[in-house]
Amino acid sequence: MDEFLYGLPLIGLVFEFIGYILAILPNTAPIMMRAATPIAFAALCGVMCERSGVVNIGIEGTMLVAAFVGWTAGIFLAPVLGSDPGPIFGASPALIGALLLAILSGVLVSLVHAWLSISVRADQIISGTIINIAAFGITGYLNSLLTRGSPTSAGQFKAWSPPDALTDIPIVGWIFETIFAQGPLTISLFVIVIAFQILLFRSRWGLRTRAVGEHPRAAETVGINVIRLRYRNVMVGGALAAFGGAFLSMEGTGTFQQGMTAGRGFIGLAAMIVGRWTPLGAFGAALLFASTVGVSQAILIAPPPGQLGDILTSLPPQFFDALPYLVTIIILAGVVGKSIPPAADGKPYEREAAT
Amino acid sequence: MRARLIRTWGVLALPLIAIALSVLVGSLVILASEWLVAGELKPGLAIDAYAALVDGSVGSERAIINTLTASVPLLLGGLAVGLAFKGGLFNIGVQGQFMMGALGAVAVGVQLRESPAVVAIPVSLLAGMACGAAWGFIPGFLKAVAGAHEVVTTIMLNFIALAVLAAAVNGPLTVQGSVSPITPDVGNASLLILFGRNGHIGIIYAPIMAILYGFLLFRTTRGFEIRIAGSSPDAARYAGMSPRRLIIWTMSVSGMLGGMAGATDLLGVSHQMASSYGTTVGFDAIAIALLGRTNPIGIVFAALLFGALRTGSASMQIQAGVPADLVGVLQATILFFLVASPVLKRLFRLKSVESGIEETSTFTSTYGGEASIR
Repeated sequence: MDEFLYGLPLIGLVFEFIGYILAILPNTAPIMMRAATPIAFAALCGVMCERSGVVNIGIEGTMLVAAFVGWTAGIFLAPVLGSDPGPIFGASPALIGALLLAILSGVLVSLVHAWLSISVRADQIISGTIINIAAFGITGYLNSLLTRGSPTSAGQFKAWSPPDALTDIPIVGWIFETIFAQGPLTISLFVIVIAFQILLFRSRWGLRTRAVGEHPRAAETVGINVIRLRYRNVMVGGALAAFGGAFLSMEGTGTFQQGMTAGRGFIGLAAMIVGRWTPLGAFGAALLFASTVGVSQAILIAPPPGQLGDILTSLPPQFFDALPYLVTIIILAGVVGKSIPPAADGKPYEREAAT
Repeated sequence: MRARLIRTWGVLALPLIAIALSVLVGSLVILASEWLVAGELKPGLAIDAYAALVDGSVGSERAIINTLTASVPLLLGGLAVGLAFKGGLFNIGVQGQFMMGALGAVAVGVQLRESPAVVAIPVSLLAGMACGAAWGFIPGFLKAVAGAHEVVTTIMLNFIALAVLAAAVNGPLTVQGSVSPITPDVGNASLLILFGRNGHIGIIYAPIMAILYGFLLFRTTRGFEIRIAGSSPDAARYAGMSPRRLIIWTMSVSGMLGGMAGATDLLGVSHQMASSYGTTVGFDAIAIALLGRTNPIGIVFAALLFGALRTGSASMQIQAGVPADLVGVLQATILFFLVASPVLKRLFRLKSVESGIEETSTFTSTYGGEASIR
């Protein structure tokens, strides 16, 4: 009984905290959504690759390259194509061209990973790590070379403003605001997640992908080209990761900083595991991880009243910087044993020699 | 004699080819990027850059001492990654373990700055090693108990270490009244200088750690168990070893080496910690362990190479105007060619040569949370 009584104030604080989060949700949800976008794209890349049996640790590096290429291409394309912001999303010809190049760069980087892990049959985790180290080194080198001339950026994509009639709807208006008051990449994320979920579980390609990820030998015997399908999926995954990278340098901010992905590719991998290798689940987990960003910002700006507020504001600000990583570790460790990866995940496929 | 030469060549061929090719790629990158950014082609620039690199790293007695000093944390970090590799674990967390090691060393070193050096140095160093070991224990424990793959957890811990360090330097460890947050000097806990201006005692004890590493792996029961668990976990289980306990042990000792690297860098070179304190040792260490093929002698030479690159890159930037970040490009291409070694073997028709990195064949198999680690 005594223990129960000691527990009471703590339980009260927990309820107070939940109430606080519910109260700030309408205002912070758009921030959480923007924080979730790159993580969700990384997680989708992971789902795309691993469902067909290729582990991709190099998502982080792929994103970094795409972020750099998008920003740099904008600089070089702006004088050629013009950088006047258009009516939709503030998209200038230069920005659109830069986005396409960023996606292309993501595909090319993932092609390197595909070659090393599918054809060379190197350890896929080593291969991915090398992509990450290479991306960090090469973008760092080119970035220091480029920023010597202090170039002018081509700007960034702007958020769409949905009609007030939609966002002013009581109780659910903030949900529309969260979804639609965003830039083009975040809005396209919703479309991609839903399309990907349907394709993976309802289409011929999805069935083949899952078959190759679970039992490539069986898939090969019914005439599926395992190698080609894996190559294709890893490259599409690279394009998805590139969306996440381009978001960082072209929508979230208008600049590139060395190492700006800051572990989001890895948080995306954790989201993929927590979301059990499904697009919708991965998206949900990405939102969960990103919500820590929104909550920390809210606490710094408008802390809750009373004892709870005193506790939260007495924490060092760096605690909130570390929060997304901390939450990722804790949830990952709690979920991981119960979340089963595709059976052939990470195993290189070797065709049986014809006898 | 001839057989021995062939065997040596078999081990050295691929790393040497990888280094040579990356130097070639590096010069192409220098020329191409200069052409893209400045708009003119300067064929001599690559040679100038490499000449400055060599001169700045081994061109004088001072340069050599600088290179040796820079190699010390790289060697310790390379041993940390190498030990984990041998045990079938991928420690990408040396970066974080380095940071925590440096933090532990500075926290204790500042307290002992007035104490006699005989006490202050070893105690601070041990504090750093303990912090690093703790930072390595966490991912080991999470892998052994919950099955969370160390690749994700160690990366997360790297970022958390950064935040812990910033919180400590901005908070309890800061010097009151300084312009920007910085800790006091570690005073008497600074490592002894033996050579030149900054050749500290780490130049002696880091190679000793390499010898201990070889002794542990190849002359002790524990080392044997680690190697078996790394190369075939099933065999280890049948032989009655506990892979769980081995995972935790290996990651903790690996973290301890990473922490020692950080503590050495702090006590030997920077002596105090600003909130901007940072390092590239964590990622260099992965390259070093792979290039040295987890072999202690190999790691020593790989660490010397990267120490020379990091030291020489500064004078390359000043004398030839090529950004010091080029080292990152060289490192990346070396790694790329090492991993693509089966292709190199075919390309250069090297039949008798051992292909790259055998120890690494087990990482991906435990990825994604293998619940069956017992």
